Parts: sequence; structure tokens; C-alpha cells
Amino acid sequence: MKSTLSRYLLLSTALAGSITLLALKAEDKVVADADNAGLKLPAGFGALVAAETGGRARHITVTPQGLIYVKLNRPNAAGKGILMLRPTANGKAEVAGAIGSYGGTGIYSTADYLYASSDEDVYRYKLNSKGEVANPAQSEKIVSGLINRRQHESKSITLDKEGNIYVNIGAYANACQVNDRQKGSKGRPDCPILDSAGGIWQFRADKLNQRYANGTRYATGLRNVVGLDWNAQANQLFVMQHGRDQLSDNWPELFTTKQSAELPAECMYALKKGDNAGWPYLYYDPAQRKKMQNPEYGGDGKKEATGNYLEPAAAYPAHTAPNALLFYTGTMFPEKYRNGAFIAFHGSWNRAPEPQKGYYVVFQPFKDGKPFGDYEVFADNFAGSPEKAAAGRPDHKPCGLAQGTDGSLYVSDDKKGTIYRIVYAKK
Amino acid sequence: MKQFLILLGALAWFIEPAAAQKKPAPKAKSTTPAKASAAAKPAAALSPAALAPGKAVYSQYCLTCHQADGGGVDRMNAPLNQTSWVLGEKPRLVKVLLNGMQGVEIDGEQYANVMPAFDYLTDQQIADVLTYVRNSFGNKASAVSSAEVKAVRATNKK
Repeated sequence: MKSTLSRYLLLSTALAGSITLLALKAEDKVVADADNAGLKLPAGFGALVAAETGGRARHITVTPQGLIYVKLNRPNAAGKGILMLRPTANGKAEVAGAIGSYGGTGIYSTADYLYASSDEDVYRYKLNSKGEVANPAQSEKIVSGLINRRQHESKSITLDKEGNIYVNIGAYANACQVNDRQKGSKGRPDCPILDSAGGIWQFRADKLNQRYANGTRYATGLRNVVGLDWNAQANQLFVMQHGRDQLSDNWPELFTTKQSAELPAECMYALKKGDNAGWPYLYYDPAQRKKMQNPEYGGDGKKEATGNYLEPAAAYPAHTAPNALLFYTGTMFPEKYRNGAFIAFHGSWNRAPEPQKGYYVVFQPFKDGKPFGDYEVFADNFAGSPEKAAAGRPDHKPCGLAQGTDGSLYVSDDKKGTIYRIVYAKK
Repeated sequence: MKQFLILLGALAWFIEPAAAQKKPAPKAKSTTPAKASAAAKPAAALSPAALAPGKAVYSQYCLTCHQADGGGVDRMNAPLNQTSWVLGEKPRLVKVLLNGMQGVEIDGEQYANVMPAFDYLTDQQIADVLTYVRNSFGNKASAVSSAEVKAVRATNKK
């Protein structure tokens, strides 16, 4: 009797196991496009167009069940600002629902909640066991009243493991001049913008109706951060700053257009509470590897910055606009990618008249929670051709990154709304 | 004479900077450009030589933001090709340079960046660059004279 029972148990376990395996197989069969969706990738990697959303797809997140949420920069024709995509066959996905009537950039999900931001507020939505928004009408506003003066308006978000949400509040200026972007205009003393912007604010992810007064200015002196992510190994927030523009336009006697195209670096910072990265007083020169005084505050291109400001953790080519940061924790990609950072560079405009640059996803190796070694361009040619990239007229602009449940890398594009999926399949 | 004009036209077409960089048609274009160009006097084709001073001003002060092809930057810096602001009434356009501009919806799109004031340019420089912009990037509209700029500047209220 005992043996019969165990045999039955074994049989049913085996059956259940094979059914699961079958289900997994059908779900996991990801077929790369013949042309890898137009992307240039390292050997062994493939890519497909997972979906075309037709919207300006800013940030993107994948739930543990594999549902994809995409934040649109402005509501689509149906008036919705968040799309829910469901996996279909061969690794693709299709729009299966939409919520929220506001545009914006930030989106983030846990097993229990979906978080999304407009350019002024942060919301959350309860997710059910399938990862669906249980009640789309019932959004909960967790933060409101954040400053939005059009420039650097994106309120990107990420969470730590202790229930805090981090929100970027970009500075509504280039370099805190008396007259923004005006040639020769000096910097405002003790830049007042930093009181309410130009930094990362920390709020509770589970508390409703918070305003500035309920939050903490976690880090300041950051001009505009669009890409940010929590690094689990270092247990630390990492952010990508968009460096200042127009050194030559505004200070032609100090900087040539060629210098202006290469200055300053786009910087990665590893933040601790209370850090100050030094905007608007300094910029980072990647060739000299030095923090330099901004010309608005007495700099001349040679004077190093004074004051106790944070060193960047890593530096990247000027003006290439890092719009997403993702620490890769999956197992699909080879070992070297694990715990490293992917960075989506939206692409430049401020290198003109020099050729524009960016429109790619970079991989930055990490070791023990710190950047380790040089970055490499991982996924290139979102622009469609080198000529389109150089002209600043790309077909697509990578803007958001998310890791799929199987370890795929999703990339969203806010130019045409394409959702890319990059997979590894060693042959 | 006719041949000369054709030659000029061909030349003008050739020097069109980066004519290949076509900007995708912006959404929600208003109907204003048609109205504006109808209101404007039929513009005589301007020679490259006539546009050269304006092109120099453009390269120095405008190109970084509005780009070599005048197409601007998505959602950040406004395009200058086929927009009602460029092709429309000249005093309004002159005031954009004198006073700068921010937060104005242009043909259904918002642009995040600030356009600073260029009131330190001379009347002639402003006339030249506006004439260039109104006759480049696929635009064709009447020239702007320094007298017109002077008149707007005299009554300009910031």
C-alpha cells in the first residue's frame, strides 16, 4: 500500500513536472528577429521587437508574473498614460490594458504594487496575484506637488528594500544662471533652485499624500537624473546625471564648440544620504578626470572646483543623455553581466555642430557594488544608421530598461514607442 | 536672366544644409502656416549670397539648439521648419529673439528648454538671421529688414 501510494505520488509529481516544463517551454520560446530588430549586439545575443506601442514609451517595468508596464510621456489617443502588455507567442507581447490619465516617465513594480509618476506626482496601484492592477480606478497618490517648470521635468523613481521611494526632481535650469541659457549670464549665488529641485528626494513608498515637507532631500547638486536604480550588492542608490549644456554658446571666449561637445561628462554617482554632487557650481572634465568650476561661478575651463563635492563613480561621453539605469541580476546573460549596469543613452543634441552621439545601451561592469573597468556599447544602432545618429535624427531613442522574468533585457523607445527584447542564446 | 535665376535656385537648393535630414512631420500641425504664407507677400527667391550673413549668425547663436537642419530637438527645442511662428507675422517672430520664449505650445507641441533673449544682437543681425531662417529648411517667406526689427525693438515691452 505504501509503495503504491508513493508510486502514485511519484507519477503525479512527474506529470506535474512535465506539464510545468511544457508550459515553460511554450512561454520561454523567444525568437529573435532575423535582423535582431535592427540592433547591433555582442556575439551570442539576439533581439526582437517585442511590441509596438505607438506611444512615447519612457520607462518600463516587468512584474514577477511577466506583465510589462510602460509609462508614456503623454497620454495616448485613448487618454491613457500607462500601458499593460501581456506576453504572447515567441517572446512578443501585446497591449492588453491601460490605466492612468497622466503622462510622465517613472514606473516601477514590486510583487504587490505598481508605482508610476506624472511630472508632479507619484501614484501607486495595488497589483493582484496575476500582476494586474486590481482596481484601475483606485490609484493612490503617495507624493504630490513636486516642482515642474518644463525643463528637466521627469520624475524618475526607484525603491530600496526598506520601503523608501526615491524621486528625481530635476533642476529647472541649465546652470542656475540669472537668465537661463543666456550668453554670459552669471550663476545665482547660493543657487536657490536646490531648495526644491536639483536632487533626489526620499519618501515612504507606503504613505499616502506626502508633500515636500514629508520627504527628505536625500542628495543634492544633481542637475537632472532620469536613470536611477538601487544596487542590491552595495545596498546603495546609483544615479545617472545629465550634465550641463552650452559651455561654448554661453561662454564662447572660454570654450570652443569642439570642447563644448566633449564637456562635461555624463556622470554616474553612487549616493549616500546627504551627498552633494556639486551642480551648478562644477562640471566634470572626463579627459582631466577633474571637477572643474563652472564659468557661471567664476570658472575659466582651467580652474578646479573647490568645496567638498562627490566624485563621480564613472563617466561617459558628454551630452549623450543617460535616461535609464538597470542593475542586471538575471542568469540568462553570461556571468560577466551579473550585477553589472546597463545604461540607456537617449542620445545627444548639444554636441552640434559636432556629430551627435548616443542612441545606444551601454554595459558597465561592476565588482562588489562598484564600477569595475571600462564600459562597452552593448546594444547599438537604435538610430537606424551612423548617419542618422550623427545628424541627431535617429529612428528610435532608447529611454527605459527592465529585466524580464527570464533575464531578458527590455528596452523602451520614446521616439516611436518600440519595445525591444534582448536575449542571449549561445549557439 | 531666366537661366541665371534657375542657376540661383539650384544653388540655393544645394547649399540647403543637410537637406537629407528630413524631420518627420510633427503631429497636430495647425493650419496656421498655410494662412501665414498666404498673408505673406510672395517671396522672391533669395540668393545664397543674400542669405550668407544670416547663416553665419545662425551658426553662431542658433544652431546648437535648433540644429543644422532647423528641425529642433524632440520636445526640447522648437523646430524652425514649417512652423506658424517662423512663417507667420514678422513682429511676433522678432519679439521671440528680443525677449526669448518659454512654455509656449508650438503647433500642438510643448518644448521644455528655455529660449534665451538675443536682444544683444544688432537689428541687422536679427534681420539677417530671420531672413535666413524664413528661407531655409524648406521655408519660403519674405525677408526681414533691419528697419522692421528696429521698429519692433522701439515698441518692444519685455
